[in-house]
Amino acid sequence: MTAQAISALAYSSDAVSGAAPALLAVRQLRLTDFRNYRQLRLDCGAEPVVLVGDNGAGKTNLLEALSFLAPGRGLRRARLDDVCRRPRGEEPPAAGWAVAATLDTTDGRVAIGTGLEAGRSETSLPRRAVRIDGRPMQSQTALGLHVAAVWLTPQLDRLFLDGATERRRFLDRLVTALHPEHAGDVAAYENAQRQRSRLLSDGNRDPHWFTALEDTMARHGVALAAARADTVQRLDAAARLGVGPFPRASLAMAGEVDRWIATMAAIDVEDRLRGELAASRLRDAESGTTSCGPHRSDLAVRHLDLDLPAAEGSTGQQKAVLVSIALAHARLVALSRGRPPLLLLDEIAAHLDAERRMALFDEVVALGAQSWMTGTDAELFAPLGGRAQILRVADGSIAAV
Amino acid sequence: MNGPEIERLIQLLGRLPGLGPRSARRVALHLLKKRETLMQPLGTALADAARAIRACSVCGNLDTIDPCSICADSRRDAGLICVVEDVGDLWAMERGRIFSGRYHVLGGSLSALDGIGPEELNIGSLVKRVAAGGVREVIMATNATVDGQTTAHYLAERLAEHEVPLTRLAHGVPVGGELDWLDDGTLATAFKARRAL
Repeated sequence: MTAQAISALAYSSDAVSGAAPALLAVRQLRLTDFRNYRQLRLDCGAEPVVLVGDNGAGKTNLLEALSFLAPGRGLRRARLDDVCRRPRGEEPPAAGWAVAATLDTTDGRVAIGTGLEAGRSETSLPRRAVRIDGRPMQSQTALGLHVAAVWLTPQLDRLFLDGATERRRFLDRLVTALHPEHAGDVAAYENAQRQRSRLLSDGNRDPHWFTALEDTMARHGVALAAARADTVQRLDAAARLGVGPFPRASLAMAGEVDRWIATMAAIDVEDRLRGELAASRLRDAESGTTSCGPHRSDLAVRHLDLDLPAAEGSTGQQKAVLVSIALAHARLVALSRGRPPLLLLDEIAAHLDAERRMALFDEVVALGAQSWMTGTDAELFAPLGGRAQILRVADGSIAAV
Repeated sequence: MNGPEIERLIQLLGRLPGLGPRSARRVALHLLKKRETLMQPLGTALADAARAIRACSVCGNLDTIDPCSICADSRRDAGLICVVEDVGDLWAMERGRIFSGRYHVLGGSLSALDGIGPEELNIGSLVKRVAAGGVREVIMATNATVDGQTTAHYLAERLAEHEVPLTRLAHGVPVGGELDWLDDGTLATAFKARRAL
């Protein structure tokens, strides 16, 4: 029989002084059959958490588990099935997984449970179950009322060099933290867009069907473009001020629909988009694309201190701009929703010099949201001193350092 | 391991909605244990249903008579047509006894990704019913999903020339629902559709 990797850890928050009262903090986290964790129970204080450990120890898995407390597909955009713990040796494979957390929020204590239920019907599509305070929720959008999460991972280091798709995805996560209904609009828009593309590639010519799908695209597309415009405008104002030694940055939406949104009433943009889609059916059928819509927009970011597009800075400068945006966003969300997002910062110390690391830690502590940071080297987090809880992750278990 | 009869039974049961191979085996075993009290009556019921039940040629409802008992009921208002996706939705309406008109069952919703187009749905007969005249209102009771709403919009396009009033069910706060527990999307929809007290 395999040794059960259960680790329990009690951590007294009273021992840590000087931290602002947490506006959002995970106080207990339980994982079941999640990635490399068979069973995990972690009790923690409201302060920022630092996870240190070797490569492959399961640090990012923990951040991924936390990312499931917010709506969306999590930090790895994984399929629900892939999140299940892989069996070792002759163990039976896990049929589901669960993340349960107790959080302190401005509304008081909230219990969130989410995962893939083992007892679900064998034939139905896997669907993420969500419970809040024990009550089953119809959809994961309900999570957005309690938790917003924003993460920076090493994959995002290439964000400004990657394609526009990655930047839109990153932006949409920032937007969802301010406008929780945004994720639903994105999903509905993409669904209708895929259906329209299918009709075009099948050679379908039913004008009423196209009109119906294009109407759905126009309504949800304009709603999502308006939410992006609002977020980018406010984020731009915040990022232009800069945060400590992090660079000042400017943000703007670039795209056809975004230009319309800036100058026309939303209802007119809907009509315009409907018209453009109807007019481009033939062209789209030939090219196999959708030539107009908010799925073609891009997020344009400039490094203001260098006066260069963010993509033209060094790797370290790009990372610094990204951290700048994430911190500006966290401040913005805290201001407008009264509660900052959970910040999940994977391998955050990499590419940052000592001054910026210090500034990041100060900001994270001042933010009032519990940030979770990972790194291989505990030394890098020394400037946090007693202001954070440092935990060592090793092979599916966790212990205080 | 099992005889071919059992394997076939399990295979067929496994195609039922909500049943996978494992639950199909459990159901098969349960039926075999209750041969007299359950399996044989069930077999007879299945055969009777397969022989007698057909889709109504007017509305698509399932019944032993055609036109179905709803379409044949002269006390029901033929001027009101409620369009639903499936017979299950019709049953839900009938359970609540909330509607005294007639129905039209589409048999699903438009979904290009699943290859379900207007020809696969019971749409031509709806257009004919409306074109024949005497209809005062068509109520779209499709699901509040992207596909359901796209289907409703499509039907509105198809029926536009007949100038019959089209309505759809309200979307918003469920009766007995607490606002605090609603997702933002539902709340925003309810807000847009608010009405005077």
